[in-house]
Amino acid sequence: MILLDRVTKKYARSEGQALDRVSLHVEPKEFVIVVGQSGAGKTTLLRLLTREERPTSGKIIIGGIDYDKLKDKDIPLLRRKIGVVFQDFKLLPNKTVFENVAFALEIVGVSNREIRHTVPKVLDIVNLKGKEDRMPRQLSGGERQRVAIARAIVRQPRILIADEPTGNLDPKHAWDVIKVLEKINRYGTTVLLTTHNKDIVDKLKRRVVTIQNGKVASDRANAGYKH
Amino acid sequence: MERRLITFWRIIHTGIVNFMRNVTLAVAAMAVMVVTLTIVLFSVITNATFENTIAQITNKISVSAYLLDTTSEAQAKQLVTQLRRQPGVQRVQYLNKNDALAAYVAQNKNNQSLITAAATVGNPIPATIQIYPKDLNEIQDIKTFLVKPDNQKLQTPESPSYNGDRKQAIDNITHATNVLRKIGVVTVAVFAVICALIIFNTIQMAIFNRRDEITIMRLLGAGTTYIRGPFVVESAIYGLLSAVFSILIVNSAFLASSNALQASSLGLLDINYANQYFEQHFLQLLTMQIAIGIIIGTVSSVIATHRYLKFKIK
Repeated sequence: MILLDRVTKKYARSEGQALDRVSLHVEPKEFVIVVGQSGAGKTTLLRLLTREERPTSGKIIIGGIDYDKLKDKDIPLLRRKIGVVFQDFKLLPNKTVFENVAFALEIVGVSNREIRHTVPKVLDIVNLKGKEDRMPRQLSGGERQRVAIARAIVRQPRILIADEPTGNLDPKHAWDVIKVLEKINRYGTTVLLTTHNKDIVDKLKRRVVTIQNGKVASDRANAGYKH
Repeated sequence: MERRLITFWRIIHTGIVNFMRNVTLAVAAMAVMVVTLTIVLFSVITNATFENTIAQITNKISVSAYLLDTTSEAQAKQLVTQLRRQPGVQRVQYLNKNDALAAYVAQNKNNQSLITAAATVGNPIPATIQIYPKDLNEIQDIKTFLVKPDNQKLQTPESPSYNGDRKQAIDNITHATNVLRKIGVVTVAVFAVICALIIFNTIQMAIFNRRDEITIMRLLGAGTTYIRGPFVVESAIYGLLSAVFSILIVNSAFLASSNALQASSLGLLDINYANQYFEQHFLQLLTMQIAIGIIIGTVSSVIATHRYLKFKIK
């Protein structure tokens, strides 16, 4: 469960507010698309959820963790519970595809045997079988994004946050990524996807939350793209 | 416990793999480390060689007390005993008149006229006490002891021999050796500090190049130890290998100097002794170099990663 209660984010240098009293409630296993134009506040919202930023005011609770009570030393524990897919992939450049995905398991102390068993299965889900030993620089944009997704889901998080995962991809690869996200959602993971790709929003027919000027402009179930 | 062990081995393994994958950075960092560690090693050996030179000079210098013929054997032995108790005295040698004459004859065996003259006038050589100081700086204390009235009255007016012509020479040597010692200690200390600073900056630059990697690991939920560990292992490997290379370089330099140049000394630096010192203390020097390399590498990487590991939540 994701709960944002009147969350406001104001940056010291900017005039307005990046987020203005945003309230959002996402149920477990839901697939929610957050749409909005560039600068609307989508990325700020996700950065608040991953605790890269603190809200100026308001309350955030994810999976029972109240962010007000979260200490810095516990941030790694929070991030291990949430899978995140970044728009710019954020792959470790000196690690192979296998190692990038395995890294998410290594940091939580999973045994090598289990890693050897789990990682190939996840790479299979994202259609990257046979590319385990490639370095990120040897992959296409779509493949890199799928590695990032594999890394985000390998720990089987209950919540997956995907920040414009199709932003850098051509339509074919974009759909490959969206299909993977739908598949993960079917397995029971809550997915929070930000995008400004109209085509994807229209075809998915999921709950759509529109952010405009830092405010929730609309929140509609089974909706298409609308501004 | 098992999880901690897995994490520990993973950190070591990742550090080794990272070292091999970042060969370019590793070579750059190690080149600087090798040069600086080699300079430190040379300064340590040079310092030891100077110390040896000083010790050799000290061993050759003694203070001689010439006893009056009226001084009895018992008085002489009592003075010897008192001298041995002095803190600055390394050893004392007593020569009675006959021994002193024998020593004089032995010293001047090529000068027959001196030997004949000595035999003609009877035995003109006084009984002698030779006092060897532990350190050249102790000579003044020995002299002060010998010129005390109770002791002076047992000696000839010229005694102790430190007075007179040799005084200036001994003072000069003492001053020179003290300066050499200070230069040696300061040189080693200065190079060690320079070494630490250069290596620290090199490792900091290497980690600066990989700061994005650290940020990504943080975003994925990796703990501080898990992120920092491999960097520390990698830097420790730099230190270990650089130490070994620096020892090999110094070893080659000694081989070259003794084989090709046939050099035995270079100014005040006794190359033969330096070589001998290096061989005799090889393991200690290797351990020292490895320890310096690993400690500086480890500390530098811990400090350098610190700034990228802070949670900068806006």
